[in-house]
Amino acid sequence: MHITKQWVENLAKLSLLELSSEEVERYTQELNSLMGYFEKLNKLNTTHIDPTFSVEPSMTVFREDEVKASFKKEELVGLFPAQEDGAIKVPKIIEAS
Amino acid sequence: MKPYELTLEEASKKLSQKKLSSLELTTSVLQRIKETQPKLNSFVLVTEEEALRTAKIVDEKRAKGQKLSSLAGIPIGLKDIFLTQGIQTTCCSKILSNFIPPYDGTVVRKLKENDFVLVGKLNQDEFAMGSSNENSFYGPVKNPWDVERTPGGSSGGSAAAVASDQCLGAFGTDTGGSIRQPASLSGVVGMKPTYGRVSRYGIIAFASSLDQVGPFGKSVTDVALLLHAVSGHDPQDSTSANLPVPDYTQFLKKDVKGLCIGVPKEYFMEGMQPSVEKATREAIAHIKKMGAKIIDLSLPHTEYAVPTYYLIATAEASSNLARYDGVKYGYRAKAQTLQEMYRKTRGEGFGREVKRRIILGTFVLSSGYYDAYYKKASQVRTLIKKDFEEAFKKCDLIVTPTSPTTAFKLGEKVNDPLQMYLSDIFTISTNLAALPGLVLPCGFDEKNLPIGLQILGPHFKEEALFHLAYAYEQSTDWHTRKPKL
Repeated sequence: MHITKQWVENLAKLSLLELSSEEVERYTQELNSLMGYFEKLNKLNTTHIDPTFSVEPSMTVFREDEVKASFKKEELVGLFPAQEDGAIKVPKIIEAS
Repeated sequence: MKPYELTLEEASKKLSQKKLSSLELTTSVLQRIKETQPKLNSFVLVTEEEALRTAKIVDEKRAKGQKLSSLAGIPIGLKDIFLTQGIQTTCCSKILSNFIPPYDGTVVRKLKENDFVLVGKLNQDEFAMGSSNENSFYGPVKNPWDVERTPGGSSGGSAAAVASDQCLGAFGTDTGGSIRQPASLSGVVGMKPTYGRVSRYGIIAFASSLDQVGPFGKSVTDVALLLHAVSGHDPQDSTSANLPVPDYTQFLKKDVKGLCIGVPKEYFMEGMQPSVEKATREAIAHIKKMGAKIIDLSLPHTEYAVPTYYLIATAEASSNLARYDGVKYGYRAKAQTLQEMYRKTRGEGFGREVKRRIILGTFVLSSGYYDAYYKKASQVRTLIKKDFEEAFKKCDLIVTPTSPTTAFKLGEKVNDPLQMYLSDIFTISTNLAALPGLVLPCGFDEKNLPIGLQILGPHFKEEALFHLAYAYEQSTDWHTRKPKL
């Protein structure tokens, strides 16, 4: 498996990361060397092995749907990087035509 | 002896006998931090005012004759991954550099119920991703035994702070060895309990099926006291185990006759530092002399642990870290459009290692590669888990080295991610199999750098690890050596 620069650029796009061209170059090299090492797993035949996604006993935890106190608005507004009248403010999403 | 030099157990006794006040102890610890912080960079925030205020309150409670916990009035540090209400919590990332949590995580809440004294937030690798603490936004931590070397990572600040008497105990997190490797490289006791033993509510997530909280201490007894205080079921973490928490101090016995200890041959590999192998083998011989039975074991899938871990952990990390988008809290980059804001915030806010892992995790989860990488790794995880299940049919505990080398030089492995990842080769399988692991000092190399012995046990048998660790510690004096700063 060979990972190309274009591939890394696409992964950066998927994960919403702006990368410089030097970063793309470096990550392409590093990913190729790591994936080369990770290929080692292909030596193992795992056809009939169940995957382990989680180690705790697989069960769904149920609880009563109780009304509980949560945060007060004013406790959270201070965390917003930008706000207006107590609401989160973000750059324009829809351009006026 | 200065108060900051005491173990938690010793200090607790003096406090309860009123031979020492928490204010005196806390003042002494804060002074020690002031003297040594410029050399070590172990703290990212010292909460001096808060610590002194809490210490006075605890002293008043004691004066009134209230019944108090053994942690009451004890100065403790927390890795900067624990959410602390009203106190900056950054995970040592630029993206959270201005974050002040509106609530306490469960571990912090429990520690407060025990009247602990928080002395500060400890340095770590950004989002707990790293093995040398060099990935911190606030610069690397230095090893107290040699300031040109790493204390290990990712909980390097926690390990260095305990090793240098900057606090009487500390908490960290361990996803692939992030408590045990730094405990080994810094010469302290550290424990990663079974997955589910301690609530993860209010811990900044890295890889949710592997992350677990654990304590650092100057002695096995201290670690047993610290773990007991934070363990137990929590309705706010559905993966926390609904099992009783034993009083671990009841299991601190010196007699190990009848215990059967397995030694896996795969943990003594080519290329490991000879002094690490020697110290580990001598420790095993010592345990045998103490009366335990030693048997040879095989954990045949050990060599696959590192690739398995990095495929699973990066996949989980890439989705956990999707929440940092500059919208609700944390750092936000200047941008004209929302899409640009997301990309720039994340591009500027995350460091090099974190971005590498997000890219890798996005790759292994992407359409067409999921089966070949993420699913494959999850199947190998089953094989690694089964190796341990088989092993624990033959023995009570497993003893191994912790890391293939002692503390390496800062900068030595920064540009070689694979070499860096291999320093966790002996600790990673434990997280994949969700087992408890304890590390304690078992020797020093020719450069006077500490070596740690790792003890592994079956699920929720932390008391068995404490038993062997205590017996070994009490019959050796490695833990009494201190770095000269």
